[in-house]
Order: sequence, then structure tokens, then C-alpha cells
Amino acid sequence: MSSSVSITLTHCSRTFAGGHMALQPLDLKVNAGETLVLLGPSGCGKTTTLRIISGLESPDKGGQVQFGQRDVTTLPIEKRDVGMVFQNYALFPNMSVADNIAYGLKLQRLSRFEITQRRDEAMRMVDLQGFGERRIDALSGGQKQRVALARAIAVRPKVLLFDEPLAALDAKLRDRLRIEIGQLLRELGTTAVYVTHDQDEAMALGDRIAVMQAGRIAQLGTPQEIYHQPANAFVADFIGAVNCLSVIATKPDGQLAVHGGELSAPHLLGATEIYCRPEDIQVVPLNQADIKGQVVQSVFLGQTQRLLVDAGGTVPLQIEAPSRQRWPNGTAIGLALPFNVLFHPDKPTTTINTKEMANG
Amino acid sequence: MKAASKQPLGAASFSTRWMVLTVPVRHKSLVAVLALMPALIVFCAFWLLPFSRLILMGAEADRSSGVSAYLTILTHRQYLISIVTTVGISLVVSLTAVAIAGFVGFFLARQHFWGKAVLVAILTFPLAFPGVVVGFLVIMLGGRQGALAQSSLWLFGERWMFAYSLAGLFIGYLYFSIPRVITTVMAACDNLDKSLEEAARSLGANTWQVTKDVIVPGIAPALLSTGAICFATSMGAFGTAFTLGTRLNILPLNIYGEFTNYANFAMAAALSVVLGAITWIALSIARRLAGGNLGASA
Repeated sequence: MSSSVSITLTHCSRTFAGGHMALQPLDLKVNAGETLVLLGPSGCGKTTTLRIISGLESPDKGGQVQFGQRDVTTLPIEKRDVGMVFQNYALFPNMSVADNIAYGLKLQRLSRFEITQRRDEAMRMVDLQGFGERRIDALSGGQKQRVALARAIAVRPKVLLFDEPLAALDAKLRDRLRIEIGQLLRELGTTAVYVTHDQDEAMALGDRIAVMQAGRIAQLGTPQEIYHQPANAFVADFIGAVNCLSVIATKPDGQLAVHGGELSAPHLLGATEIYCRPEDIQVVPLNQADIKGQVVQSVFLGQTQRLLVDAGGTVPLQIEAPSRQRWPNGTAIGLALPFNVLFHPDKPTTTINTKEMANG
Repeated sequence: MKAASKQPLGAASFSTRWMVLTVPVRHKSLVAVLALMPALIVFCAFWLLPFSRLILMGAEADRSSGVSAYLTILTHRQYLISIVTTVGISLVVSLTAVAIAGFVGFFLARQHFWGKAVLVAILTFPLAFPGVVVGFLVIMLGGRQGALAQSSLWLFGERWMFAYSLAGLFIGYLYFSIPRVITTVMAACDNLDKSLEEAARSLGANTWQVTKDVIVPGIAPALLSTGAICFATSMGAFGTAFTLGTRLNILPLNIYGEFTNYANFAMAAALSVVLGAITWIALSIARRLAGGNLGASA
């Protein structure tokens, strides 16, 4: 495979006709061979970022796109040497599976022998042997996306770009194909940018994740960093579920009073809000509890169950509990929150919320 | 588990449907026949009867040759030339219209510019004109007193004309064919999946290759069907041809001539059937081809 290149975006913004700024000025570096996931809700600018990298869209004046050391800002997509996989597959309906996969190779004017060889290699990599003569409309959604994947990797692009490739598939198939794409990306070692709104996909595939919000990168980091040290309330809430406890008062002994009890969190002194993940809260006997409350609802999820506990705050706490135990509504429950699972995002929640509202 | 539970469910719904259908089926079909009766009567009276009469009449003896009119067509040069000319000019008109309007329609569908709506309205305006008016316009352009004749007289001292020949007919037919193709192509381009073009470009295809490999196959069904409609319209267009002159040897004028000038009903009927058959075959071929392509893109 061709040695991988890094992607550097410098001051790339994108304003659409009508003045809407889909992307605020953005600096982003994707390391060579890395898979970077752009994650965020719809309208956050992740697809625009991908299209600027691909060359389908240009950044506003002043923005620069580099592949390695090379400035590709003014190059159209057909000269950028990228492979792209789309949400709706975008396969050529008038060509067979084999012709779809060989299309890019034919454009490169390779010898017939080499075309056949590389086409078959790509088909083998996505497990499509024997499907060459099939018509596109005779394939299932999962098979179609494999063809699209094979078509993109057959040309051995410098950069692989994925635009929500699994969004149109059902859950089971999505999981399987996600694992296969992950294996393929590791095998190829090609620099990849992967756009999704699905946090599981992002966690599973990304070497790093850029969580985007309202045209900006809210946080850029490894999946572990994003999950355990979210930069703000938006990230914390977008990735997984999170509980937010308001601090009512700080006691003279350093304990933080919250609804339903007290927490000891020396590293969070002065915080007005404390966050923790549902799975980090332990259910303990009442006499050992940091916080006491009442179960108001239990939702059975199979592997676990999600309990909603009213501890006196405005929003019930979410807790993950083993699935076999029964928690009738109204049961008193004791919760332990070790200090090392408590965190608070760097930025105060209130400003984030107003920003979100302003960007509607 | 799922499959097992599905089986009795499917069987149950099948048996109930069967029961519902068996008892009142006769009753239902009787109602249907009664309800369809007016339509059937209209169909027989105004379609089946005149049509079968027309086909049979074509088999009767021709007034001049004395043998069946169908046979006369096959054995007389004049009629064969007429058929070939009509098919030829219709074919050339359709191809030209599809070629010109295909490009224009694609351009209009993709480009956004000030005054586009007005331009599209102007381009599709000829659809509002009957053939007679189109013929009149061609005469004003290329007739004895037309714009071309006036300017060539002033420049070179002689009148240049094309209105009363096949060239005039060609221009006239083109005039009312192009708007049809433009509107169809514009609609087809709006329905094209843009990501197909983006995928082709990401694989290194330049504008020409994208056009050849993605856009043309994508709008081919629309081009085919609109081309066939142009062909059918040109085959039977009478108003324009009649305005331009009765000396033109094309089928619609021949049918009119046999019918009114010579009272040769058998020949008029036979020529009508030939014209109808050719048009119908062209339309059904186009439909089949376009249908096959549509199936592939779904």
C-alpha cells in the first residue's frame, strides 16, 4: 500500500449562500495512518468538514487543506486521490459489481491484468468473492456497502473518507460491518476520516474522535479521553448518559452537599455541578450510602437495568444496576459515588446551553 | 422461532382471504361489469369499431391499382418513399431534439442564475402553439417573404427560402419537439443522485467521464421516452406540414390527399394503419428499453 499521509486543515471555515456559517474557522490535523472520527448531531459541520477534505467543497477564503506537505486546497476531488464511501452507497446502477469496483482502476489506465488482480484483491478484502457478475439492484444493503468499500480501496487512495456509511443499515448488520471496517482500516493503514452521529461507531473505530457542535470542534481526543474527561456538558451528554448533580453547599470539612446526601471530592472543590456516569454509581446498603433516594422507575435493558432514582434533585439520577435484581418503585436505595468517578467539565454548563440555543 | 410463528399466521390470513373471496366473488364481478359497462360501451363505439373498420377498409381494393391498398403501398414507389421520408425526418428530428435539448436541459437543471425561470418559460412556450402557427412561424422565417429571403435579397439579390421543403418541415418539427425534451430532461436531472457523480469523481473521473458513465446512463430512460414521444408527434404532425405546402410527400399529407382529393378511402385507411403501426412500435420499443434501464437503477 502507498505510504499514508497526514491531513492538515488550517483555518478552514465554510459559509453557505445566505450567510449561514456551517463551519467556524477550524484547525485540525489527522495524523498519517490514523482514523479520525467526526462525531456530532446533524448540522454540526461534520459532513462539511469531510467534504472540504475530499475537495467536494472549498473552504472560505483563507482556509488551507494539506495532504502531507502538499497544499491541495485548489485541487478538485478527482485529483486528490481520495476514496469515498457514502451513506446511500452511490453505486453505479448500470454496472455490475465487478465493473463498479474496477471503475477507478480503469480510469487510472492500468493494464487489464492489473485491473483484474486489484479488483479481485479488493473483493476478497470485503468478502465479496463470487459476486462479481451480480447486478447492483440484486444486492442487500450490507453487500452494497461492501461493494462501495471495495470500490474505494481498490484505487489505493491516500485518504479514505466515510460519510455515515452504516447509517442506512439495520443494527445487527451495522455492528458486523463496523467491526469489518475497523479491521480493514488497521490492515490498510490508510489515513481515514469517518463521519458519524453514532457514538458506539465513533468509539469502536476512532483512534481519535472530534466531537463537533454548532460548526466547532467541542473536543478532540482519544475515545477514553472523550468519555472519561469530557470537555463540556455537551460532550458529556452526547457521549453516553451522564448525571448532573448540583452542589448545594460546601461544608467546612470539605464535603460537598448535594440532593440526597454528601460527596467527598477534594479535586472538585468550588464546582457548582458534579457529573458522573450511570455505570460508575454503585448500589450499596443504606448505612454505607453517600446518597439516599427512592427508585421511581426501572428500565430493563437485558444485560443491565437502568434505575431512575429520586434523591431530591430536579432530575432523577440514572443508575445502572445488575439486571436480575428487582427494584419495585418506591424502594429506598443507597448509592455510593467514589471520588475518582466524579468529574466536572472545564466549561460551565450555562454558557454552552445559551450557545446551543443561539445556533438553534 | 420467528419463522415458526410466521407460518400459521400466513396460513390463517390466506385462508380467510380465500373465504372472503369465494362467497361474494360472483356478486362482486357482476357489480364490476355493471360499473364498467359505460366505459366498455364508449370503448367499443369510439375505439374498437372505427379502428377495426379502418383496418378492414385498408384491405379493400385501391381505386387506381384495383388491388388491396396494403399491397398497393408495398408495390408503389410513391407510397414507399412517403413512408421512408416520414420515418426519416421524424427520426432525424427526434435525434436532433434530444441532442440539443439534452444539453440545454441538463445545463438548466444544474445552473442557477438570474432570470432562469423566465428563460425556461420562454423555451417551453412553443408547446402552447398549434402546428398551424408553427408552420406560419417557419414561413415567416424561411418563406418567400420571410426574414431570410428579405436579407438575402438585400445582400445578394436573390431570395433564399427553405420553408416549403423538408428543411422547413425539419425546423418546424424541431421547434415543437425541443420544449418537450427540455422539460423532461430537466425533471430527470433533478432526480439524479448527486452522490453518484461525487463517487465517480472521487475515483478520478473528469467531467467528460462523469457525463459518459453516470449522467447519460442516469437520464437515458428519460431521453429514450421523450425521444420516442418526439418521433410519434413528428410522424403524425399535420398542421405544420399542411401550412408549409401540400407538395411535401409525407404520410399525414398523403392520407389527407387520398381522402379528400381522390376519395380513395381504402388507401387513406391503409396509410393510416401503417402510420399508426410504425408509431406504436417505436413507442413500445422505447418503453421497453427505458423500462429495462429504470429497473437497473432502482
